[in-house]
Amino acid sequence: MSIRDWPIKRKLTAILLLISGLVLVLTSVAFVTYEVVTFRQTIQSHLATRSRILAANSTAALAFANEADAREILDALKYDPHMVAAALYGQDGRVLATYSAGAAAGLIPATPEPDGYRFEGSRLVGFTPVAQGANQRLGTLYIASDTKDVSDALRLSGIIAVIVLAIAMLAAYALAVALHGRISAPILALAETATAASTRQDYSLRAPKFGEDELGTLTDAFNQMLGRIEEQKQELQQHAVRLEQRVAERTREIEHRNEALRRNAAELLAANNELDAFAYSVSHDLRAPLRSIDGFSQVLLEDYATQLGDAGRDSLQRVRAASQRMATLIDDLLKLARVTRAEMRTERVDLSGMAREIVFDIQRTTPDRRVEFAIAPGLEARGDSRLLRVVLDNLLRNSWKYTGKQPQPRVEFSAVVENGDHVFVIKDNGAGFDMTYADKLFGVFQRLHSAAEFEGTGVGLATVHRIITRHGGRIWADGAVDKGATFYFTL
Amino acid sequence: MNPGKILLVEDNPDDVTLTMRALKSHNITNDVIVAQDGVEAIDYLFGATGRPAPGDLPAVVLLDLKLPKVNGMEVLQRIRSDERTRLLPVVILTSSDEERDVIDGYSLGANSYVRKPVDFVEFTKAAQQLGLYWLLMNQAPPSPRGP
Repeated sequence: MSIRDWPIKRKLTAILLLISGLVLVLTSVAFVTYEVVTFRQTIQSHLATRSRILAANSTAALAFANEADAREILDALKYDPHMVAAALYGQDGRVLATYSAGAAAGLIPATPEPDGYRFEGSRLVGFTPVAQGANQRLGTLYIASDTKDVSDALRLSGIIAVIVLAIAMLAAYALAVALHGRISAPILALAETATAASTRQDYSLRAPKFGEDELGTLTDAFNQMLGRIEEQKQELQQHAVRLEQRVAERTREIEHRNEALRRNAAELLAANNELDAFAYSVSHDLRAPLRSIDGFSQVLLEDYATQLGDAGRDSLQRVRAASQRMATLIDDLLKLARVTRAEMRTERVDLSGMAREIVFDIQRTTPDRRVEFAIAPGLEARGDSRLLRVVLDNLLRNSWKYTGKQPQPRVEFSAVVENGDHVFVIKDNGAGFDMTYADKLFGVFQRLHSAAEFEGTGVGLATVHRIITRHGGRIWADGAVDKGATFYFTL
Repeated sequence: MNPGKILLVEDNPDDVTLTMRALKSHNITNDVIVAQDGVEAIDYLFGATGRPAPGDLPAVVLLDLKLPKVNGMEVLQRIRSDERTRLLPVVILTSSDEERDVIDGYSLGANSYVRKPVDFVEFTKAAQQLGLYWLLMNQAPPSPRGP
């Protein structure tokens, strides 16, 4: 674990111990240094004093070069166990007498060195002048002393320093342990509260406050934050509840609507099936009686022509014409019903080609009439090709029919672009119609011309309208009496 | 050449009369056997209550679709599913030109589908052409071997 990850308690303790340790070590070093320096000065001055006394006592022995006296004087040094060696040098620098404790004889230098006191290794050595009066120098005194006292003192003060250091560190540690709680407790409490709040998602928790210091401010701010989170969480929950309620409501509504739609669809299906059955039945059953009416009228006309007379034959012809008109009507109505029921298959349809086929068929079946058809090339649309064929067939045949009284009949099929939409146009120069009644053009059984003028059932344009509407398109017309008619449609 | 018989399956007596008249007026003198519903038609072709039918099958069956008891489609199905009548020419002659009738008729193996025109003159022409075609021009399938 790196120091960065230590708990705050340990960090605080470590800081306290480090600081107090450093201070104590520096203090101890200073203390020991001071002790050693002081002690060395002390023993140096002791040695100097002793040297000067000895030197003063040695003047006579040196003046007379009395070796025995000199040795006796030096021997007195044996009462000081620290004195290792000593020597007296004459004026000529030769050794007059020596003293040595133990095996220290070899230490004595052969000739005196400059006056003064200095430490040499573990010894303090001194050269002191021996003089008669103020300025008559008689020789030099050499004394070497060991420094055992210094090292003893050093050891002692070292031990004292270590003991003091240990006690002080222990005390510092105890203090740190006792005091760091003051700082770390609020932080730990904050950390605990934060952890608990985030893991349990419980924002009603509050961190305890220990004082009015910066940590107290932090705790207050943290608690306020928790309070706000709690409020927002409650708000969110309320929103969620409301949202769920609305979703449930909507779902119920949608279910109701779906149910209604299903019912409608079922009803529609039933209605469609009924219409199917109705149309099927009409197709089969309604025509049979007409066939009998027409057939037996014809039988009468063939077998009893003479008995019937002109009026009788005319009546029977009217009966036949009426029954055939009825049959056409039924057929047209069935077509209209089929257009409504038929399934749409959308594909690309070549309207120009389709129109040409229809025109070809018209001209083939009615070679006695010459109508000029102008069909623009490349007209295309998307839609159900069978239904679109019904549209073109109806419109082109209409134009063909209503140009019947025109000396130079002409029908055009083209397209224009209007507001981005392709508008297909079928225009003729035939009988036209009165725009006052334009809204009746596309109604079932609505006719703007009498059957005597132009025959028809009034179902064709209704069928066209229904097909266009099923394709999502529009159809409208433009015309004037005897000025031709123009039909427009979009798909 | 000995043209065969016509089996006319038709429930409407008016239509029977008119069809007979149309056929006769064009010198189609073949026997016309009338079955007034699907059951009669099947009885004629396969014999009542499962007995074998008379040996000679008609040259053509003119079949109406809307019939009591057993309708035209069922009769057609029965004809096509039997080895003896599998190849028998059947012309559907009916009032309707409902697309599904036309499709069903051909799917079940009808040889032709003719809608009866309301105009009796047209109807007579149609009947004449039918008779001429199926009785005189058409090469009938070979008679199946008896069971």
